[in-house]
Amino acid sequence: MAQLPGLIKGLGVTFRTMLKPAVTIPYPHYKETPAPRARGVIALKEENCTVCMLCARSCPDWCIYIEGHKTKAPPRRAGGKPRTVSLLDRFDIDYSLCMYCGICVEVCPFDALFWSPEYEYSEPRIAELLHDKDRLGQWMETVPEPPALEAGAEVKGRGKA
Amino acid sequence: MIAALDIPYWAQTAIKVAVALGLVSGSAFIFAYVFLYKIMSHMQSRLGPMEAGPHGILQLLADGVKFLQKEDLVPERADRFVFAAAPVVVMISTVLLYVVIPASPTLVGADLGAGVFYALAASSLSVIGILMAGWASANKYSLIGGLRAAGQLIAYELPLLLAVVGVVIQAGTLSLSGIVAAQADGEIFGLGAFGQPFVLTQLVGFAIFLVASQAELTQAPFDMPIAESELVAGYMTEYSGFRFLVFYISELATTFAFAALGATLFLGGWWFPGLDTSGGLLSNLVGPAVLFAKIMVVAFVIFWVRFSYPRLREDQLQTFAWKVLIPLSLANIMVTAVLKVAL
Repeated sequence: MAQLPGLIKGLGVTFRTMLKPAVTIPYPHYKETPAPRARGVIALKEENCTVCMLCARSCPDWCIYIEGHKTKAPPRRAGGKPRTVSLLDRFDIDYSLCMYCGICVEVCPFDALFWSPEYEYSEPRIAELLHDKDRLGQWMETVPEPPALEAGAEVKGRGKA
Repeated sequence: MIAALDIPYWAQTAIKVAVALGLVSGSAFIFAYVFLYKIMSHMQSRLGPMEAGPHGILQLLADGVKFLQKEDLVPERADRFVFAAAPVVVMISTVLLYVVIPASPTLVGADLGAGVFYALAASSLSVIGILMAGWASANKYSLIGGLRAAGQLIAYELPLLLAVVGVVIQAGTLSLSGIVAAQADGEIFGLGAFGQPFVLTQLVGFAIFLVASQAELTQAPFDMPIAESELVAGYMTEYSGFRFLVFYISELATTFAFAALGATLFLGGWWFPGLDTSGGLLSNLVGPAVLFAKIMVVAFVIFWVRFSYPRLREDQLQTFAWKVLIPLSLANIMVTAVLKVAL
């Protein structure tokens, strides 16, 4: 008998839930707008990448594949020595392995990786979940603008002017 | 009713079989769609099937065909004959229940003088089928499930019966049509127009009836015989394809029959204020619809409880039946009997 109020309360919960609209939506017909900074897919800004391998090494499930080679770039100033730079040959993320932890985005020192809220990239074949650097580059269009800095904050980095 | 028309015996039989099959599977489909697909989903804040047909109404077709496509498996060491016979026995107990429930003054399979007695006896037949299924599967989970079902159905048969005895005492008849008539002719404080559904005087009996039928139907919170997380569906573990479908249909159809029984015994059955209890076209047309509406109300309560509560423990189940429900229903009978004589 002592349980009776709780039992009635439980019935009330289910009855009220039944009358409220469902939280789920019929997906292909209606789509939810994800939060602007949702972790949907990782985009690559290729010109920022220095092939430092930090992301590949920090990835917990080893789903980032990077290959690159050294090459000479023209000097910065006239008469200077040609610089040694790394060129990116291959940058693949295997989304069948990725667990969306975002460590690669956090660890990238040159802002080459970004989160995009885009999520509709399921494939009938698992091999096609391996996105190469062109595909990862296309996701850059969907990356939202970073949130505005707080008032009074200094903009970091070289070439402020 | 069919006998009144001048048609040969074989055609009568064919019509009866078709009507029985249509009723049993039709009621099971209605319950599966309305309660299992839609009400359950909305109680869990989701929409349920939406793609197949408008609001997923054709999902039943897809699921039914899916069961028919499945391989008909029989475990190697199973007792093949008993294994195959068990779903049929369960189904027969379900079909037998439909015979006595009156849908109007004349629309009744057989208006037995001891209709209540017959219905409760027929409903307890299913336990034999469940025991057969549990034993013949040659699977320890099935056997445990079957034995749990046997213990549970025996324990809850008593309060179910005793709860109905109160109604029988008040109506003074065992016939279901007689009970409907008694409710239609009854008076509330001298007002005769509304009849007197027995739920008003037998509220305790109705509550006990609902709880006990919940257990009889092995629905949550009394679903230990088919507890998925402990017994992997209990006596149904080894069944696949069409035989599983038969179990499933008979489970839902038995729920329909019990809801119909509850509606007939406690809510006035097919009768509605203004209808003629002795027959007539209006009663025969409106009666089934009224009964159906009342069935849906009772079934909603049954499924509402099912979707809300977690499973009880086996000893809690037995304690509840023997220490709470049976004494309560005995007291209910005593009070009803005394008041029947005194008033």
